[in-house]
Amino acid sequence: MNPDYDDEYRRRQRARAKVTGWLLGGMVVLFFAIAWARMMH
Amino acid sequence: MPSPAVPITPALPAEWRDFLALTKPRVMTLVVFTALCGLLAAPVHINPILGFTAILCIAVGAGASGALNMWYEADLDARMKRTKNRPLPAGRMDRQSALHFGVALGVGSVVLMGLAINLLAAVILAVSILFYVLVYTVWLKRRTPQNIVIGGAAGAFPPLIGWAAATGRIELLPLLLFLLIFLWTPPHFWALSLFVRTDYAAAGVPMLPVVAGIQTTRRQVLIYTLPMAAAAVAPWPLGLTGAIYGVTASLLTAWFAILAVRVAVSRETDQALMKPERALFKFSILYLFVLFGALVIDRLVLA
Repeated sequence: MNPDYDDEYRRRQRARAKVTGWLLGGMVVLFFAIAWARMMH
Repeated sequence: MPSPAVPITPALPAEWRDFLALTKPRVMTLVVFTALCGLLAAPVHINPILGFTAILCIAVGAGASGALNMWYEADLDARMKRTKNRPLPAGRMDRQSALHFGVALGVGSVVLMGLAINLLAAVILAVSILFYVLVYTVWLKRRTPQNIVIGGAAGAFPPLIGWAAATGRIELLPLLLFLLIFLWTPPHFWALSLFVRTDYAAAGVPMLPVVAGIQTTRRQVLIYTLPMAAAAVAPWPLGLTGAIYGVTASLLTAWFAILAVRVAVSRETDQALMKPERALFKFSILYLFVLFGALVIDRLVLA
């Protein structure tokens, strides 16, 4: 395998994993906030 | 079916930016803004967290529509200058990823809207996504020059969803806002299609200037501007808004009509020299932003 190709492949995977992680974390916070808001409502 | 110009499997996995590009962020700006205005203009106070969730669901739903549109139209996008650098025609992403992404966003946004906000808003959101994807993209766009007239309804849903999210009901004012965007879409897109018509012709999209000619399109721009003007100003005499909206709508709509008349009387056939068409297209975007902004200010002042 071409090392440049492998590096680029891993870099993209890492970047996507990081963004997915942030989105999932955001969704956890959002769901908690929604549950709290609906209870207050 | 994808054209041979669209690679089936790209060499590398798509970047996250390509997924973001699938959601058409620029189109989403207007969707989010009009939805927010619909929500804020409603005569009911909504919890800010729930309001944020509703707008997020509408934005994600619009993103789903954009992604599914790009998934279906990859072959068409590859043939147009304006769209050939999108992730699918440029070969940066495989079609299946775009399909899965679009479906996941669409289902997620509707389910979250239903669970967190209310069923009515979720149903209208689902209808708007399905309308854009199935009625506009799959059915109308490649078949009839009336594609954007009927398809324009898809872009008219956001203020209705915003209002329904806040109140749980549909009333006359959000229906007029729906009608306004519905009638605004033809002059807006036909102005654009006049100065990019060779692009549409090359891609085989039956836009009005390609099928019926430039002069017919110019007449249609003016014809659709008249009912649009009525829908824009109507909330004021009907007592649904105050003078802030009424005066703003009257002035802006008058200027819109003047630009539409300039388009209608123009005889220019060189796309590069179509100044009235470009002016109308640019102003039509500003028009909607300012009109909806004035509506919110008016309603807040009245409240």
